[in-house]
Amino acid sequence: MEKETYTISIYTENNLGLLNRISTIFQKRHINIESLTVSNSEIEHVSRFIIVVEITEEQVKKIIGQIEKQIEVIKAYYHTNSESIYLQSALFKVKSSLLFDERQIQNIIKNSNSNIVTVSREFFVIEKSGRKEEIENLYNELLPYGIMQFVRSGRISVTKSEMKISELLKILN
Amino acid sequence: MEVTTKPDHQVNQEKKVKISGAEAVVKCLLAEGVDLIYGYPGGAIMPVYDEFYKYQDQLHHVLTRHEQGAIHAAQGFARATGKVGVAIATSGPGATNLITGIADAQIDSTPVVCITGQVASHLLGSDAFQETDIVSISTAVTKWNYQVTKASEIPEVLAKAFYIAKSGRPGPVLIDITKDAQFGEVDFEYKKCESIRSYNPVPKIDAARLQEAAQVINEAKKPFVIWGQGIILGRAEQEFKDFIEKAGIPSASTLLGLSALETDHPLHVGMLGMHGNYAPNVLTNACDVLIAVGMRFDDRVTGSLDTYAKQAKIIHFEIDPAEVDKNVKTDIAVLGNVKESLKDILPLIKKNKHEDWHQEFKDLYKIEYDEVIQHQFHPEGKGLTMSEVLNELNTITKGDAVIVSDVGQHQMIASRYGKFNQTKSKITSGGLGTMGFALPAAIGAKMGNPSREVVAIIGDGSFQMNIQELGTILQTKAAVKILVLNNEFLGMVRQWQELFFDRRYASTVMINPDFVKIAEGYGIKANRVSERENLANALAEMMASDESYFLEVKVEQEGNVFPMIPTGSSVSEIRLK
Repeated sequence: MEKETYTISIYTENNLGLLNRISTIFQKRHINIESLTVSNSEIEHVSRFIIVVEITEEQVKKIIGQIEKQIEVIKAYYHTNSESIYLQSALFKVKSSLLFDERQIQNIIKNSNSNIVTVSREFFVIEKSGRKEEIENLYNELLPYGIMQFVRSGRISVTKSEMKISELLKILN
Repeated sequence: MEVTTKPDHQVNQEKKVKISGAEAVVKCLLAEGVDLIYGYPGGAIMPVYDEFYKYQDQLHHVLTRHEQGAIHAAQGFARATGKVGVAIATSGPGATNLITGIADAQIDSTPVVCITGQVASHLLGSDAFQETDIVSISTAVTKWNYQVTKASEIPEVLAKAFYIAKSGRPGPVLIDITKDAQFGEVDFEYKKCESIRSYNPVPKIDAARLQEAAQVINEAKKPFVIWGQGIILGRAEQEFKDFIEKAGIPSASTLLGLSALETDHPLHVGMLGMHGNYAPNVLTNACDVLIAVGMRFDDRVTGSLDTYAKQAKIIHFEIDPAEVDKNVKTDIAVLGNVKESLKDILPLIKKNKHEDWHQEFKDLYKIEYDEVIQHQFHPEGKGLTMSEVLNELNTITKGDAVIVSDVGQHQMIASRYGKFNQTKSKITSGGLGTMGFALPAAIGAKMGNPSREVVAIIGDGSFQMNIQELGTILQTKAAVKILVLNNEFLGMVRQWQELFFDRRYASTVMINPDFVKIAEGYGIKANRVSERENLANALAEMMASDESYFLEVKVEQEGNVFPMIPTGSSVSEIRLK
């Protein structure tokens, strides 16, 4: 079976230590987590994990089984890229002098659909949200001019299909 | 799982009373029907021990000689009684010493609740004396764990702990309680936990899957049932027997499923796996329908997966959805408690006998008997075999004893040849293979079930891994019979060295102490036997003793366990020699 990128969505009770419990499941099977994001979900007191992995479908099914076995996990799903809407965010810190010395910089920013978050005497910060490749493109374009700092978030994603967690919780409650 | 409940007057449920967190711990245990726990005191758990002192007429705390002994005793108790076993230890080394037993309970699905003391919450993260992050350490090997930092949390958290440990597929739970939480006050009120919204312990049975399964079973020409501990954990022994008897299906057990069906039952065709019986292993690759009940297709059962039962349709009755398709792809999965699903499928099953198919098992058993078993039971050589010791023991116990075995050659022999008339009679460390398990587990099994005879069968290597628990026997007078089969080797490793490493016996030779003197030093009656003509009498004397008794049997040094499926081979390539 071929490896593919899967986005795993996990709805959980808010609980200290659950992140450790979930990451152990991947570690035990030597599966690299490409990105991981934890946040509130649309439901009060329910957290949502978004984990991106590149594995086979057989592996992801088994992983989902192990994740759902954890006591505080309400439900876990996996989706392919075509089944979800997803993006990542990145921040680039660049020297302010470049804005004046290198004309090309302004074009790069404009063409990349990114935003300038702040400008100070010494540096300015560009924010770019989108697919990983778009962020990488911007990174490669800015690289020759010098990037003072770069950071990219984990993937955030919503699915095209419904997950019906609220309905599920009504049954469970 | 059922837990016996104490009368309500022991738990003041109407009136809230202000008590300490430590006392709340004891009251929770009593409310859960616990009257026996195993542990070892230390600084961070002292407030709870102070309450044990006050409640000693209601709650018997057994002081083991090591925390590993405490957790294995709790496991033995749980396995012999079906109730939740409880172990308690202090922070730091006390807590980490529990880990091996917790890992063992996790892989063998044993319901245990472990309580550990922890440094006061204001010291957490400061590397305080005997501080260790036991919640992180135990995460990978617990069904659930939690750190309590406030006394007020104790009742609810302990109620959850017991519910999680015993419900669905059972497992170990660890509750870490900071010292300030033990000293703190709580308005005590205990409510048993009956559900957790994010936790679905027993999946609903899908009637359509049952229908499909019944049809496949009814149409099968060569159906074969393989069962595991799920039958015992689900208390489904009768439902299981009704099912196989009506369908007339030959049935084989995993290591942990042993004793769920009496050994002498005509449909019992032996044990599966690496050192299991010849017929069930070979015929796994000849059946047309393989019906797995409450088992998880462990690699020691399946051998090479590439050649495992490829010809068969596979039906899997299982409580844990994560086990379905984990190792072996099934055609029909019937999720749910086997006690329910086997009862529900019974009316859909046609009566059958499959006589020709049974004959195939009998023919292969004859081959195994002629080539292996009879030489084991009636050896030509002077040295005693482990198997003849078991054979002799069976004639005395008649299959009524609980046999607790450790890990290694003696374990396989005790499992192959032990005779069992009733359920929960074979207790061993299966998935984890924890040497040192048997002595403390036998103590727990005996204390949980005082009316039953409990025999710990242990190798000379394993015995020395928790030998200190002889002290627990001395103190509690638990009437455990200890049968050490001494071959002066780490026998199973030596066997592999002989077969696969050209007899390079690296670190498997044991220079042993005088075990009889050691046992006697602990006040335990002891004897040693090395001659065949004395074996029967020595065993009879041990079994006749109404207190603990130690018997060392000197067996042949380089005996091997056969049949054997070499690692990476197919079940049907099982070797007889």
